[in-house]
Amino acid sequence: MKPGSEVVLRLDAITKRFGKLVANDAISLSLRKGEVVALLGENGAGKTTLMNILFGQYTADSGSVEVFGQTLPPGNSRAALDAGVGMVHQHFTLADNLTVLENITLGVQSLFGWRVNKAETSLKIRRLSDDFRLKVDPDARVGSLSVGERQRVEILKALYRDVKILILDEPTAVLTPQEADDLFATLRIAIANGLSIIFISHKLHEVMAISDRVVVLRHGRRVAEVDVADTDKTALSGLMMGVEAKAPDIAVARPGKTLLSLQNISTPNIKNVPGLCDVSLDLKAGQIIGLAGVSGNGQAALADVVGGMRMPSQGVLVLGGEPLAQWSPRKAVQSGIARIPEDRHKTGTIADFDLTENTILEGYNSTPFSRAGWMNWSKARRFATDIIDKYDVRCPGPDTRIRLLSGGNMQKLILGRVLEADPQIVLANQPVRGLDIGAVNYVHSQLLAARDRGAAVLLISEDLDEIMGLSDVIHVIAGGRLSPGFARGSMTPAQLGIWMAGQGFDSADLDGEVAHAS
Amino acid sequence: MRLEPIANPSLGRSLGPPALAVAATVVIASLLAMVAGANPFSVLGLILKGAFGSQFAALETLNRATPLIFTGLAIAVAFKAKFWNIGAEAQLYAGALITVVLGTGALPWPSFALIPTLMVGAVLAGAVLLLIPAILKTRFGVDEVVTTLLFNFIFLLFISMLLEGPLKDPMGMGWPKSARVLSEARLPRIVDGLRLHWGFGLAILCAVAVWVIQTRSTLGYEMRAVGLNREAAAFAGIPVNTVLVKTALMSGGLAALAGFSEVAGLKGSLTLDLSPGFGYTGIIVAMLALLNPLGVIVTALFVAGIFVGADSMSRAAGVPTYLADMMLATALLLMVLAILLTRFRVVRD
Repeated sequence: MKPGSEVVLRLDAITKRFGKLVANDAISLSLRKGEVVALLGENGAGKTTLMNILFGQYTADSGSVEVFGQTLPPGNSRAALDAGVGMVHQHFTLADNLTVLENITLGVQSLFGWRVNKAETSLKIRRLSDDFRLKVDPDARVGSLSVGERQRVEILKALYRDVKILILDEPTAVLTPQEADDLFATLRIAIANGLSIIFISHKLHEVMAISDRVVVLRHGRRVAEVDVADTDKTALSGLMMGVEAKAPDIAVARPGKTLLSLQNISTPNIKNVPGLCDVSLDLKAGQIIGLAGVSGNGQAALADVVGGMRMPSQGVLVLGGEPLAQWSPRKAVQSGIARIPEDRHKTGTIADFDLTENTILEGYNSTPFSRAGWMNWSKARRFATDIIDKYDVRCPGPDTRIRLLSGGNMQKLILGRVLEADPQIVLANQPVRGLDIGAVNYVHSQLLAARDRGAAVLLISEDLDEIMGLSDVIHVIAGGRLSPGFARGSMTPAQLGIWMAGQGFDSADLDGEVAHAS
Repeated sequence: MRLEPIANPSLGRSLGPPALAVAATVVIASLLAMVAGANPFSVLGLILKGAFGSQFAALETLNRATPLIFTGLAIAVAFKAKFWNIGAEAQLYAGALITVVLGTGALPWPSFALIPTLMVGAVLAGAVLLLIPAILKTRFGVDEVVTTLLFNFIFLLFISMLLEGPLKDPMGMGWPKSARVLSEARLPRIVDGLRLHWGFGLAILCAVAVWVIQTRSTLGYEMRAVGLNREAAAFAGIPVNTVLVKTALMSGGLAALAGFSEVAGLKGSLTLDLSPGFGYTGIIVAMLALLNPLGVIVTALFVAGIFVGADSMSRAAGVPTYLADMMLATALLLMVLAILLTRFRVVRD
């Protein structure tokens, strides 16, 4: 359907400051009926802040929000919802122990009202689910659903409330390429039904595929607004990053001997998170192995095993030719494994420790930082100062509490901490999540440098572009199983997507286990 | 209204709210004194005079502060690692118990051998007592708040049983009271003729030692890391459970020294009213000191001063001594609020 001229949502010169940081600098945006506008920008560009203002979570310093011609009162979190705007968050807001139907009606129907008319509600949900091709069983418990299905529930929840404007925040981050295609099909139906959509993303090909118009944000400013018909991916990425992006030139890997070998490793499932299922993997010197997969398919278990946090229940870990009898984080550190944890705030650093204390977190108990049970703080401080200089950590000094640093600088400190000891093996778990483009490039160049120095690198990421750009060999993990290794350039994203959905594992006995991801 | 964290609190922001909390405590205490029918200014004056007004009063305050420094340190050490030891009262009695068991004649040794032995014995007793909750926590995930708290009641009943039975002083005219410790077991006075024993000196020494351990030792670093972020500590390879057990041993030992010092320094024997809740008051002492071991000395003196001062004030002004408890409770609540305000600012929407 061709976008009409009726403007359904208008953000007018929204400005929001947090202290010195200008998160939104006079951003204007308008959305017409039946139109998809993509909000494109790196992490930290101001997309989330803008949406929080729309939904009244924040009050803008200046500017106004208009829905269907009515100005919304600032700071009222119900106003946007009542005006017919719905949002599907990146992190779902569903109650696991309730059914799909209960989740959808939660908050719409009064808790203390008459008995819910279940048959009627169920019928309405089924009708919506047929109309919009959102296949999901209204009576299923949300806790038993796959990530893709949960997203459908979130969208149904919004549709059930008869929203006219739907906002999707990074909706494809948790989906396989095939699931993303299904989502786009649904969105096209929604547009045909007169809805308008704001699609927040930093994935260019999706933005190109689904949207009519793109608004590009960078560092809190609206740097461009273009019709998709008049642009291409290269131009968009240039606008988004402020430079012409180019793929890094990567020298051909020269894999050496196997440093760490996982042989038929299994770990138990913990709650809904699958463990590993008979995984074998060799980490070779001078090679980056990329682990692709949809979030929550066993990546955490694999990272835990390699990083010393977990001993496999079955199988053997062979380090430098020796099978390991004991395995712990400390042993991993001492064996020369550099570990970049998935969550730098919760596991990588101690927020209220200063930079010095955080820099020695892994090496605190050995010389020169500790001798006979006593710390040598001047040596520790000098080490921290060296790391800060060498890895370009922007900070007031080594005595600053690390909670005051940006994510990128925090990650640089972690990189320095683990790479300074010339590690044999680098375990990088989501190393660039939430970082700006400069920090991303820095982290990637450090990983490549480690590889060229002869380290074995295991890169775990949910970003297929990152995996495909950096890895010499790609494995896909799905439902705790590991695919065979694919050499650089031998697979298209769509082919990897089939594996990510769990469909590449041919043996018939797997069908039951991986079906939920398809 | 909501709270917004402050990234880099200024000096005024760090010191202002706590100072206001102290001032507000004084105002509220004055109002309470008025309700009790006394002149608020004279009540505050009487408390101050009763606590520090004479040499005798000041020494009494120092004596009263001594067990509070020990229990305050015990709590500060444990809470710093987020090990919630609520059982300092029981550990105090464990230290006192060992002191009378070994000090009443079982070891007929001279002072220079007997006193250190009793001290070590007391520390071990308190440490072992807290080891049980620590192991239950690290091995089975049992909440230490529950176990340490309940241990207080169990252990006091156990002491009561001993005092009615095997430990009962045959010369005690039937009172539930142990025999007196040997004179060789008594802690000498710091200055001849002044009623202040070396337990106070030991307490100061312990506070300095704990501070040095926390800031300079490898164990101290581990304890702080475990307290601030257990997940990150474990990821970095810090043996979290071992650190928690070591913390518990240290905390229990410090609390037991309070019991040792009360028996060997002040009372001479063990009774069921040896401690008027020093183990619990230690929590207030430690919290007011923001878990800083050197700060514990200051807050223990403050708390002891209020108690000693309130005693003499109630005699002079006819106001119940419970005013002291209310003042402490007010001070603690306001201080908790003040600490919040040093790190967050209130924003009106």
